[in-house]
Amino acid sequence: MALLKITSPHAHTAQSTASVMRLVLLATIPGLIALTLFFGWGSLINILLAGSVAVFCEAAVMHLRKRPVMFYLGDNSALVTAVLLGLALPPLAPWWVVVIGTSFAILIAKHLYGGLGYNPFNPAMVGYVVLLISFPVQMTAWPAPLPLYAEGVSPPEFLASLQIVFGLPGVETVDAFTAATPLDTLRQNSGLLIAQLYEQDPLFSLARWAGAGWEWVNLGFLLGGCFLLYRRVFTWHGPVAMLASLSLCAALFYDGGSSASHGSPLMHLLSGGTMLGAFFILTDPVSSATSNRGRLIFGALIGVLIFIIRSWGSYPDAVAFAVLLMNFAAPLIDNYTLPRTYGHKKSRRATEKKE
Amino acid sequence: MRKVWDLIGGVHPPENKHQSVQLPIGVLPLPEKLVIPLNQHIGAPAKLLVATGDRVLKGQELAEPTGLVSVGVHAPTSGTISDISEYPIPHPSGMAARSITLIPDGQEQWVDHVGIDTTYSFQDYSPAKLLEMIRHAGIAGLGGAGFPSAVKLSPRKAITTLIINASECEPYITADDMLMRERAEAIVEGVQILSYILGGPEEVLIGIEDNKPEARAALEPFVRDTHIQLVSFPTRYPSGGEKQLIQILTGREVPSGGLPADIGIVCQNVGTAFAVQKAIYFGEPLISRITTVTGRACATNRNYEVLIGTPIAHLLAHNGFDEHDCSRLIMGGPMMGFTLTDPDIPVIKTTNCILAASREESPTPPPSQPCIRCGMCAEACPASLLPQQLFWYAQSHNHERLEAHNLFDCIECGACSYVCPSNIPLVQYYRASKGEIRKQAQEKIKSDRARARFEFQKARKEQEEMAKAAKREARKQAAEQAKAMTAERGNKPQGSEDIVKAAMARAAESQTSPAEQQARLERGIARAESHLHTVEKRLETIREEGSEQQQEQARAAVEDARRRLEDARRKRAQLDEATGSPDTDKVMARLQAGPRETLEKKIASCKERIAVTRQKIADSDDETLKAALTSGLEKQQAKLADAQQALAELPDNTPDTPVTRETTDAAANAIAQAQARAAATRDLPAEEKLRQTVVALEGRIEKARAKLDEARAGESEYVNALQAGLEKLQDKLLDAQQQLNAIATQPSAVDDDSGDAASSAIARAQARVAELASMSEEDKLRETVTSLKSRLEKARIKLREAEAERSEHVDSLRTAAEKLQVRLTEAEQQLAEYHP
Repeated sequence: MALLKITSPHAHTAQSTASVMRLVLLATIPGLIALTLFFGWGSLINILLAGSVAVFCEAAVMHLRKRPVMFYLGDNSALVTAVLLGLALPPLAPWWVVVIGTSFAILIAKHLYGGLGYNPFNPAMVGYVVLLISFPVQMTAWPAPLPLYAEGVSPPEFLASLQIVFGLPGVETVDAFTAATPLDTLRQNSGLLIAQLYEQDPLFSLARWAGAGWEWVNLGFLLGGCFLLYRRVFTWHGPVAMLASLSLCAALFYDGGSSASHGSPLMHLLSGGTMLGAFFILTDPVSSATSNRGRLIFGALIGVLIFIIRSWGSYPDAVAFAVLLMNFAAPLIDNYTLPRTYGHKKSRRATEKKE
Repeated sequence: MRKVWDLIGGVHPPENKHQSVQLPIGVLPLPEKLVIPLNQHIGAPAKLLVATGDRVLKGQELAEPTGLVSVGVHAPTSGTISDISEYPIPHPSGMAARSITLIPDGQEQWVDHVGIDTTYSFQDYSPAKLLEMIRHAGIAGLGGAGFPSAVKLSPRKAITTLIINASECEPYITADDMLMRERAEAIVEGVQILSYILGGPEEVLIGIEDNKPEARAALEPFVRDTHIQLVSFPTRYPSGGEKQLIQILTGREVPSGGLPADIGIVCQNVGTAFAVQKAIYFGEPLISRITTVTGRACATNRNYEVLIGTPIAHLLAHNGFDEHDCSRLIMGGPMMGFTLTDPDIPVIKTTNCILAASREESPTPPPSQPCIRCGMCAEACPASLLPQQLFWYAQSHNHERLEAHNLFDCIECGACSYVCPSNIPLVQYYRASKGEIRKQAQEKIKSDRARARFEFQKARKEQEEMAKAAKREARKQAAEQAKAMTAERGNKPQGSEDIVKAAMARAAESQTSPAEQQARLERGIARAESHLHTVEKRLETIREEGSEQQQEQARAAVEDARRRLEDARRKRAQLDEATGSPDTDKVMARLQAGPRETLEKKIASCKERIAVTRQKIADSDDETLKAALTSGLEKQQAKLADAQQALAELPDNTPDTPVTRETTDAAANAIAQAQARAAATRDLPAEEKLRQTVVALEGRIEKARAKLDEARAGESEYVNALQAGLEKLQDKLLDAQQQLNAIATQPSAVDDDSGDAASSAIARAQARVAELASMSEEDKLRETVTSLKSRLEKARIKLREAEAERSEHVDSLRTAAEKLQVRLTEAEQQLAEYHP
């Protein structure tokens, strides 16, 4: 009888890396729907474009590295990177922006470091930052949210959007649809009290809590994040720490809603890429801290950095920078945040030689 | 309701327990053969008590425990031992080990066995007695590790809590569950015995997962009026791990690297409690156990009371095993069990489950994907480790980091691998790394030892070198002193007398020592002979009954003894040669010879020298040496002519008057003195020797006594031998003392040999005096030059050899040669100056 020699355990969960990645993709749907509802077809086009570029790049690299291409494509990790980048990019961004960003993310930020599991930085955020620094004009052109359109005017249809993205003649350029984001508005505000601003600016006056359209996008990502938490794809430590520290900073510098205020905690929580960052970006396990205690620190510091860069920096949003900066710090955090092992009095340090 | 704590981490795999609890515990027909490995437990293998062909009875001890951490094995049924050889045993490595093959005769005939007297309670027996019974019943932990129960039940610390592990957290396994359902009373009795042995701990807890309500219900009536508590807790793997169960039930943690006993806890498996009850109440050894046979590749899933040694193939055959549907045959559960490669492997004391997994249940694992550090493993780890980091460092063989991440606290439960979405066989990586680190640690110990040895050797060599240097220095100083003295003496006309005195002193010194040496050597020879005799005897006895290794050792000892005896004899022979045949007559004759004879001798010696010198000239290549030799030759010839002249002038009837009366007188004087001394010491040796023998014997007796005491303290088996040796020594001492007394009252005969050394030394001294007396200053110088030359030549040869061998002494040899050269030049110069 031919009996196999396999070591224990002999049982295994049905869960696979591919299914985890699939869950993540699934969880982006509420946010994507909100983006599409309020900002048009741009995000969907971004995702489709980025996704195909990512899969192509991944396959090309695997072919070059002489690995089984289909086996590695099957883990869906390139797709996740592409989708997250596509969601972060401004809708209706020119196609070449998407292509450059995605290929940089896959080729340089991921595979140059050894591929899945070895990249020290979040590939999607590396792609995003490269684009933001290289093409600030294209990267800051966000379309206006749906409520801000005048009566009778509507955002471009799917085909028109495609034409805009691929720069085909015959339609208006994206400039015709752009508007300031809540974060921009707040940063440029110099004379108005927060209450006045909320009253006067349609971006806020037409919104329920924090900024027309944006609040729903963020709530969509929050919903997706909760789903992933429920499915135990990641632990609560990172996202909760980040959201808490961001709220705390915002509350500290709210300044009673004066003209010098940096915005309310709610505004910060529901603006820009906060929720996308909290549940989809900083939870990237490869580049984040390892232990739960480490993730608390990692998340909290990202929250602080987001607030600092948003308030005193000159970029439209801060999630990408904050995450990348903390990616640098993750190994250091790991060194000091080993959990206390069963039977030990206290936790050890990763570099410790003798207890 | 007692508070329970949460298990840290853990997983909840499909339980798959219901399949095997449908039928009661079954009994299988006797197999054709039983294979009983000698080592089914942690510790030393048991020592064989039977031989091939023996008929044994059921329950008979086949092998007994050796050492503390060991248990015996017993015959599971009556039958005949057909074979004792290496046989594949249940082990993750698939290795083979010494096993007894028993062919059952079907009679099930029990050996005489009794438990405790039923008129008494087990509490009337001492815990030590009960422990001895458990040890001899061959009971080792039935939970899986197989640690000898008697050892675990005699902890060094006070025990406050006894925990009975009835958790059975692994999927599929129901052996403990069924045991509790059907044999609850016996289990509770066993637990009470365990509790009594441990000195009645404050708490006795039976921990059961909440997925076994039937088992709990079965136990409940029997624990109602006892101090035993049944504690249920949520089903979660690995709650049945010893450390995890302790944490769940008490909230306390076993210190890393420690034992539960360190925190006053002892953990025993429920099956062990049952086995203990059988051993104490009925005297039945552990010859069977409950084993679950399950898995979809078996048509029937059920628990059996299986005889230890039953081949697994026998179990499978009775359960409708489908070979073609079986993907893996696992001993133990799906989480920690190991695959078997041979269905003939026997069931042993720790075999709780045979899982014949179908292809559907355990498909061939897919290739693993890269680790994305998702951290699911860390969430599942019951030891709060970071499996993803451990994996990372295991891949890069970073042992320091692995140890900092507490790799050795991993209990290999498999929860991390179970949840890993990338299908990485994490536990296998940890096992391999642990192995590597252990191996490295052993190698380090080895190399540390080697280094220590090397350093010690170096230090010793340095010390020796220093001692040598000190000796050299002392010799140099002595030489300088001697030189100074010679220079002083050179001014004194009567120097020859001093030389004689010095020679006498030396002679006196060397004269006592040979006798002593001789005595010592004789003693040594006697000792060596008796030692040889003893070892030869021992070798004979060992040849008859000892093992090969012992024989080898004895043979070596005999060889050694023989060599020593030869050594001693040879030394004795050398000593005899050195002291035995002195040339006194010659010297005396020479001293007493008349002038004619002296002259004739001188002529002869001169002629001889001339011949030698001529030969040397012919042989030599060195021009300067040739020149020197030629000048020496001329002088010799002149001397020869002088002597011949003198002889011719000598009147034929000249009386034998000494030529140099003064010198001869002094010499005669010295001789007289030395002879007197020699005579005095000649009487001594026999007595002295004996006295020394007595002293030596006393010393040896002292040592022998010390050894004997030591052996007695260590209960060594050599006590008798040592005792006999001591007695012999005492007899010898008595003999020697008697002899000594006899000698003290009656002077012994003169020992001829011992005087010879003295006379020879005297003779040598006299010869030298005579030579010096007859030699002119020029001759002395000439002789010095010759001797220096020969020494220089020797030194050069040595130096060349040393250089060829690249010896470390090259430098010192070179300096010595240079010094000789200088001295030679000086002597030659003096000689030249002397000759006008």
